[in-house]
Amino acid sequence: MENKICMPKCKVEEIQGICREFNNDPGELINILHRTQSLLGYLPMEVQEVIAEEINIPAAKIYGVVTFYSYFTMLPKGKYPISICMGTACYVRGAEKVLDEFKRQLGIGVGETTDDGLFSIDCLRCVGACGLAPVVTIGSKVYGRLAPEKVRDVLSDYYLREG
Amino acid sequence: MEKINLTIDNRNVEIPKGSTILEAANSVGIRIPTLCHMKLHDLCYENQPGACRICVVEVDGRRNLAPACKTECTANMVIKTHTPRVLNARRTVMELILSNHPNECLTCSKNGYCDLQSVAHDLGIREIRYKGEISKFTPDISPSIVRNMDKCIMCRRCEEACNTIQSVGALSAINRGFEAVVGTAFGRDISGSTCTYCGQCVAICPTGALEERTHIDEVLAALANPSKKVVVQTAPAVRVALGKDFGYEPGSDVTGKMVSALRQLGFDYVFDTDFAADLTIMEEGTELLGRIKEFLAGNEEVKLPLMTSCCPGWVSFMEQHYPDMLDNLSTAKSPQQMFGAIAKNYFAPIAGVDRKDLVVVSIMPCVAKKFECGREEFAVDGDADVNYSLTTRELAHLIRYANIDFNHLIEGDFDAPLGESTGASVIFGTTGGVIEAAVRTAYEVHTGKPLPKVDFQELRGFEGIRSATIDFEGVKLNIGIAHGLANARKLVEEAKAGKSPFHAIEVMACPGGCIGGGGQPFHRGDMEVLRKRQAALYCADSAKELRKSHENPFIISLYKEFLGEPNNELAHSLLHTHYHDRKVVICCTDKEKK
Repeated sequence: MENKICMPKCKVEEIQGICREFNNDPGELINILHRTQSLLGYLPMEVQEVIAEEINIPAAKIYGVVTFYSYFTMLPKGKYPISICMGTACYVRGAEKVLDEFKRQLGIGVGETTDDGLFSIDCLRCVGACGLAPVVTIGSKVYGRLAPEKVRDVLSDYYLREG
Repeated sequence: MEKINLTIDNRNVEIPKGSTILEAANSVGIRIPTLCHMKLHDLCYENQPGACRICVVEVDGRRNLAPACKTECTANMVIKTHTPRVLNARRTVMELILSNHPNECLTCSKNGYCDLQSVAHDLGIREIRYKGEISKFTPDISPSIVRNMDKCIMCRRCEEACNTIQSVGALSAINRGFEAVVGTAFGRDISGSTCTYCGQCVAICPTGALEERTHIDEVLAALANPSKKVVVQTAPAVRVALGKDFGYEPGSDVTGKMVSALRQLGFDYVFDTDFAADLTIMEEGTELLGRIKEFLAGNEEVKLPLMTSCCPGWVSFMEQHYPDMLDNLSTAKSPQQMFGAIAKNYFAPIAGVDRKDLVVVSIMPCVAKKFECGREEFAVDGDADVNYSLTTRELAHLIRYANIDFNHLIEGDFDAPLGESTGASVIFGTTGGVIEAAVRTAYEVHTGKPLPKVDFQELRGFEGIRSATIDFEGVKLNIGIAHGLANARKLVEEAKAGKSPFHAIEVMACPGGCIGGGGQPFHRGDMEVLRKRQAALYCADSAKELRKSHENPFIISLYKEFLGEPNNELAHSLLHTHYHDRKVVICCTDKEKK
């Protein structure tokens, strides 16, 4: 059994800090995971081990929670996480074609991240903007009535920004 | 206690308020089928997630069917347990469970012992109307336990046992929906998890999802090999459980028939782990007295409480969870490994065989013993002291393979010299037994006087944590006993905080001790089975003429002719061991890794 988990000290301390904010209470696990994911972007194995040690519950329990909720991810997201709404309204207005176009342009599947770390693709169910269907969010920016033909332009804005 | 009346299947039932429908039905002999539910009251084990829905019943005035295991009775309830509606629902539930279950009963190791199979049989399932995707998991094979998660029905008994009874936390429900399964952290192999191989998950799994790693074929090959001498040792708890597979009442002591069966199987020598248990007492008892003497002499460095080390599940637990407390563990090897060391180093030369041509097989109530006998420190040049460890269940299979009519065997006796044992050793198989055996010997060695009474009732019982003070003529020895690792954890935490009142602590990982081991014939949630096995061991103890380990004539001559004194250099090299830190640690690196 590989029994050494190596992590930068500052990261370990940050995670421990989050746990302590919640008084190391196992009942606050979901809140701890939320805060940690918003800090790091994802919840890799090492991070879960640190939380397990800190709040004194088995790592298997934490892994169970992380794999149960689709919000939590063990893979790093892109700098610009793309979420395509697959709710009913968006779906009937062609969300799947939009998704396919993003997949084609970026060469990745749902739940994956591009090699340059810029983009990742996920699906979600309804952002509450059905009037704008089909809806896509990239980071905190919302794109309404996004036709597949516009996908290339949207992406090139981000590539331009990155130089 | 307040009682209420209700009607089940037209019968009036009076039960304590707060009982479930299932308990009420059981109290009048109405057997509602269950799969996920399991309750062992005395062990504080209760798994009732209400997950499988096979126990549904009809309740007058209630729109939907009620799960009997989760529904509390109310006064004047009218319950029906076998209406067409109920039976139809149960069949549907069973067909849905089976629609994602491999239909390989005939080749499954659980064939004939499977709860799912017997409930399906009772419900008369003749076809499965639902077809769909079938789960495909790769079997996870470890030295002790094999996980075939295709066969998991998500009853979650194993998760409950692993977390609540054992506080090991190796197993948890992971993923969701169709992907949901009971698994380890990060989907690691069980051997890479915090599993201690206690085997309690195997003991209560209703299907073939969890089973022991079998070594039957290796043993059959050794028995058939003319250039090998094959010796077998049998653990104390095996003899009071094996009979169950051959129709004997739970707790029947079948020692004599077991010995004859082993001889008929072709083992060259049939020996007894009990002999090694007596040897363990000599070593561990001496170690205990030594530490106490030092402690009384004012040495504050001495590690007390001394914790027993017979149980490999418990040893793994300490290595993984409390590496800073390993010095409290007795360095004495377990009886299985003491036997192996004596067999290969003392007996092999006597028998005129090279140690590599002497195959040592152990029959154990345990799956962790398989891992233990494979540990590197118990081998010389790659030749293990104990080559194969079989469970009680595997022995029953072996006996059937060999066409042995077990019930009509003439009772046999163990072979000399490694077959002779005292009453002290036979109680090793139950919680409280090891420490009672140790006290019997330590008292007489320390005081030089015979014990006024041999039975220590104060050390016996089924409570998860027990304690007693034994007066060694002025020296008061405080003893703690725990069975089930969650109970043990409490005593270790206390010791870690420096607050332990005990000088010695006995721990057995399995509830009840080895009688409830992960390799025993299944108790199926019936606590009476464990009680009867325990009673049988105490009975076997009192029937023995010699009941103290240091009185075993073969132990006396072993020290005289071969070992010298307990805890001396030779005894240490053969009969003692060391432990490893196996805890997951977080190492901080100074710089951000790119």
